[in-house]
Amino acid sequence: MSIVITDLCKSFGSTPVLQRFTWTVERPMVLMGRSGCGKTTLLRILLGLESADSGTVTGVETPAAVFQEDRLCPQLTAAANLTLTGHGLTPQDAERELRTLGFTDAELALPAARLSGGQKRRAALLRALLCRDAKTLLLDEPFTGMDAELVEDAVAATKRLAGERPTILVTHDRTAVDLLGWPVREV
Amino acid sequence: MWILIWQLAAMGLGHGGLFLATPLQTLGALAQLAPTAAFWQRIVFSALRIMAGFLLAAAGGLLLGAAGARWHWVRVFIDPAMQLIRAMPVASFVILALLWVRSANLSVIVSFTHVLPVVYAGVLGGIADTDPKLLEMAKVYRLPLTARLRYIWLPGIFPSFCESCIAAMGMCWKSGVSAEVIGLPDHSVGDALYRAKITLSTPDVFAWTLVIVLLSAALSAAAAALLRTAKTRLCGEVRV
Repeated sequence: MSIVITDLCKSFGSTPVLQRFTWTVERPMVLMGRSGCGKTTLLRILLGLESADSGTVTGVETPAAVFQEDRLCPQLTAAANLTLTGHGLTPQDAERELRTLGFTDAELALPAARLSGGQKRRAALLRALLCRDAKTLLLDEPFTGMDAELVEDAVAATKRLAGERPTILVTHDRTAVDLLGWPVREV
Repeated sequence: MWILIWQLAAMGLGHGGLFLATPLQTLGALAQLAPTAAFWQRIVFSALRIMAGFLLAAAGGLLLGAAGARWHWVRVFIDPAMQLIRAMPVASFVILALLWVRSANLSVIVSFTHVLPVVYAGVLGGIADTDPKLLEMAKVYRLPLTARLRYIWLPGIFPSFCESCIAAMGMCWKSGVSAEVIGLPDHSVGDALYRAKITLSTPDVFAWTLVIVLLSAALSAAAAALLRTAKTRLCGEVRV
């Protein structure tokens, strides 16, 4: 299944954000562009959170997403957040993957509200990647707030867990793009 | 410090504590009342009824608040009634309620009507405070309704609901005992307070007032602890 976007238009008031945007995503790809060019709006339309003025979108089935914000349940641990949305993901698998991205035993015991920005971002990324029934991944700036070493680990986890599913990853991070090695679409 | 000021003020007014009982006279009156069965009977009588009114109002406020947040027409229908209840004096309510129920159950009705608008407003505020971004996340990840309720709606509603319950606990004691003072049901705290007043037994008035304040504070603290535990259990909260 591919994501097929055809002639998508979206404006906010008199400001056009997307103009006849057409793109077919069959496998993991990167979307780059200057701030305010409509990348996040595109992902929100694909997720069904925003409606387009015109144009069509097909092929976004049971998506999982990294949002601009982390959107973790603050009272739950990182692993509990992952299992909550994991559709069958076990706590053991969630903890194992969190450990690969640097989580210690002490950090695994903390509620998400007490985690640092970088830790929350890693948990939000893994939540999307480990969602068992997700056929489409839409990842908005998933590496924000991570240092270079962590970006390497996060990129490796993203490549391994995304597999060949249709994925759109929005980023400004050139290093991450080089590490990913995925085709890039500039807008 | 305040006890000292109280003692000095009572001594200044004189007349053996007729206008203002001293702290010692109050404790003395309490020491005389406490060993009697009638004292505890009155406390149980009033506490059961006032707490019944409180619990019914908390449940009703929760349901009406949730319905009001879900369906706008429910809110349009309920809001004026809540405004009216808030504005009505206890005395008017008591007189009307005496036409409908026996005086023994007066404090149930009166504490119910005083708590209901507070909890209703608290639940509406809590629902409005629930993080819309988490609700979007729940939609995208196809979370079932039970999970949304438990992990997103309840944590959003709880702070405001708890605050309103704790504030309402104090109010229901004030309004419940006021109703008893007007309706004079036998074996109630309000009845004892009234009898102390007509016999000019100021230390007894102070002693009963102290009992009401202590009961209200103790039950507010118990409600707060209970709600905290409920939040931890229901919302899967991690405590460190």
